[in-house]
Amino acid sequence: MHKLLTDDPGRKMMLLGNEAIARGAIEAGVAVATTYPGTPSSEISFNLFQMSQESDLYFEYSTNEKVALEVAAAAANAGVRAFCMMKHVGMNVAADALMTLAYVGTKAGLVVLTADDPFLFSSQNEQDNRYYGKLSGLPVLEPSSTDEAREMLIYAFDLSEQLQEPVIFRTTTRINHSSGEVTLGAITPPLTHGDFAKDPMNYVTVPAVSRQLHVKLLKNYAKALELSEGSTYNIVSGQGSGGIICNGVSYNYVLDAVDDLDIADRVKVLRMGFSHPMPAGRIKDFLKTCDKVLIVEEGEPVMEEAVKALAQEAGLTLPICGKRDDLFSRLYEFDPGMVRRCLARYFDVAYTPPVAVDTSDVPELPMRPPNLCAGCSHRATYLEVRKAADALDMETIYPTDIGCYTLGLLPPLSMADFLICMGSSVGTACGFSKVTGKKVIGFIGDSTFFHSGIPGLINAVFNRHNYTLVILDNGITAMTGHQPNPGVDMSVFNLEGYGRISIEKVVRALGVDHVTVIKPYKVNKSIQAIQEALQFEGVSVIISEEPCALFAQSYKLRKKRAFFISEACKNHRDCIDQLACPAFYIEAERVKIDAAACIGCAVCAQICPENAIRPVKAAG
Amino acid sequence: MDTTRLIIVAVGGQGNLLASSVLGQAALLAGIPVHMSEIHGMAQRGGVVESAMVFGKARSPIISDGEADVLVGFEPLETLRSLKRCSARSVAVTNLAPLAPFTVAIGQGTYPDVEALQALIRQKTRRLIAMDAAALAAEAGNPRALNMVLLGALIQTGVLPMTAEHVQSAMRTHTKKAFLESNLKAFDLGFAAAGKL
Repeated sequence: MHKLLTDDPGRKMMLLGNEAIARGAIEAGVAVATTYPGTPSSEISFNLFQMSQESDLYFEYSTNEKVALEVAAAAANAGVRAFCMMKHVGMNVAADALMTLAYVGTKAGLVVLTADDPFLFSSQNEQDNRYYGKLSGLPVLEPSSTDEAREMLIYAFDLSEQLQEPVIFRTTTRINHSSGEVTLGAITPPLTHGDFAKDPMNYVTVPAVSRQLHVKLLKNYAKALELSEGSTYNIVSGQGSGGIICNGVSYNYVLDAVDDLDIADRVKVLRMGFSHPMPAGRIKDFLKTCDKVLIVEEGEPVMEEAVKALAQEAGLTLPICGKRDDLFSRLYEFDPGMVRRCLARYFDVAYTPPVAVDTSDVPELPMRPPNLCAGCSHRATYLEVRKAADALDMETIYPTDIGCYTLGLLPPLSMADFLICMGSSVGTACGFSKVTGKKVIGFIGDSTFFHSGIPGLINAVFNRHNYTLVILDNGITAMTGHQPNPGVDMSVFNLEGYGRISIEKVVRALGVDHVTVIKPYKVNKSIQAIQEALQFEGVSVIISEEPCALFAQSYKLRKKRAFFISEACKNHRDCIDQLACPAFYIEAERVKIDAAACIGCAVCAQICPENAIRPVKAAG
Repeated sequence: MDTTRLIIVAVGGQGNLLASSVLGQAALLAGIPVHMSEIHGMAQRGGVVESAMVFGKARSPIISDGEADVLVGFEPLETLRSLKRCSARSVAVTNLAPLAPFTVAIGQGTYPDVEALQALIRQKTRRLIAMDAAALAAEAGNPRALNMVLLGALIQTGVLPMTAEHVQSAMRTHTKKAFLESNLKAFDLGFAAAGKL
């Protein structure tokens, strides 16, 4: 049995924040869970995916976040509890659905989780999704710890049903990826079957309907405000005339700093857990008892601006600070030492920070950036595209996309020139090719193609753009930890009842005139096919098919056969200089292959001018 | 209850997350509150994996520069890279068997001299415990038990508020049965090696 299905209320477990949230969903009786995977949210959905295979929960990996939210919205409006989770930038994709769903509301509980990523540990921006609360008018809940995340998620469903509207549940990486002790609650068996009561004058958002629904949303906002005023998630601790207002993971840093600085009798702390709508009355009352206030929030000054506006309304002129050159930054994440320092400075507490060792005399250390895996088929495809373009003497631009293959930006591959969001390779390729006259070659992975590559490709065909799109089809959503996507053969997971979409058929059906499928481990054959595609006038698509090397290894999809570098090697180092596969290493000025890392793709063997790279077996 | 802060750094695949999970369980057994966080983005792609573990009364799951009581590095270069997490009163535990990053193979930088690296760490911290954990893991019969060797060495320092018995119990319930014997042996070898230093 999955450990998160343990039906033993009161039992304590060490859980990752994301596991605690998945457990919260089970305790809340969620019947439908939908997602598109994205770090730092991925383990929530992966656990729900696993649990759905041994419980009544319906779980799906949807094509993208917008579809995921639509599936969940319909289920919830048909009366079953639905949970939709995504990373912060996924909210941008889902936002079209979210904004009007806020008008329509929900019948059963519907919670939309956004996992924000301050410091961009694994993201392309550090947007602060608390703004989606303001933008949509929906309530926002923000947990501060692992155990609170579990318990607050259950409340989020209750709140959603009370207000009959979706609730936004906002976490950050340090909540998702921190572990702590969690006390299990009781599991609620899900109500899995619902019905939809037709009511077009409330559900079909034509202008006349939406004008009324907007009124309803504002009334709901007033109700939510009342609940936020009385919410036990907005708590005050400590005493004194110094005030601190904080949220999320920062609450822990604040409490530790108050302890470390021994100022519990001088400052009181207001933790915002039900953070939108901001409880205006509570905050004004808090401000009235303070002579100065510090706002501790990662990201944008969302609370700071609101608190300052509330002080103005209350006619209060006390200093209220948060983001300031000598206090907190809008950039990156906070840490306990930083918060302690800022508290000491703002409240005039004598404090000597611990001194980190002086590392100024440590020599410059070689970096260890993440790299495409040994035998990764993306590396082979990149090499072949480069060789094909060089052979044709083409000046190239390489728009890329989001996935493992973005690592192709690193030298020596250097095959990534432009990236903004999921699917952007396909759309930006249109613009680059239109105005530069250079050969534009875009790269996109299979999952990203399904997520948001298809509309861009339709655009390219319709508007008669001229470029080549390479679809790197490794048969899995690799970057986020090997989740399925619509092109995946689900029998690999021993799962039945799924369809499977052929990328090639989709591309042909869209009217792309030149479509080639290559097997990237066959170097010369691939280069030849790529050259033909690059020379085609119009939109050409190359589908490069080879299972993810890591996935193939863990699911035993291919036989491992290591290669070695024989005596024939003349140390040209084309293998290292062009491919840079991490299975290579240098020993006594000679290139060697780590047999434990080598998967036997044989790509290096095919580019070695001396044919010096040979399978280990043949050595005997 | 005082707070003890531990940073573990490793290269993806070295078993850092299993080691921290075992320590977390051991803390649970010992009745010590623990908060931990991990950054494992792209761990499977050869990057650095860092875990922070905070034992005791503090609630923050991460550790600022200069605030680690003990730093454990599964790879010598990564131990040195994370040295700013330490202060002069920190204890450092490191494996001495290098895993050169790929950048070295393609000529972007040179791997530091391991003797000089030890001297730097020793000079800047309260105590350095350095050993070839890869060799000890091999001696225990399981090259992948390098993480358990270093857990043994870490527990021997006495910096953490848990005993060897707590950690061994956690290993029994939270590591794979097939590797338990070699894992326990690796733990003992690391513990003994640290004791001799």
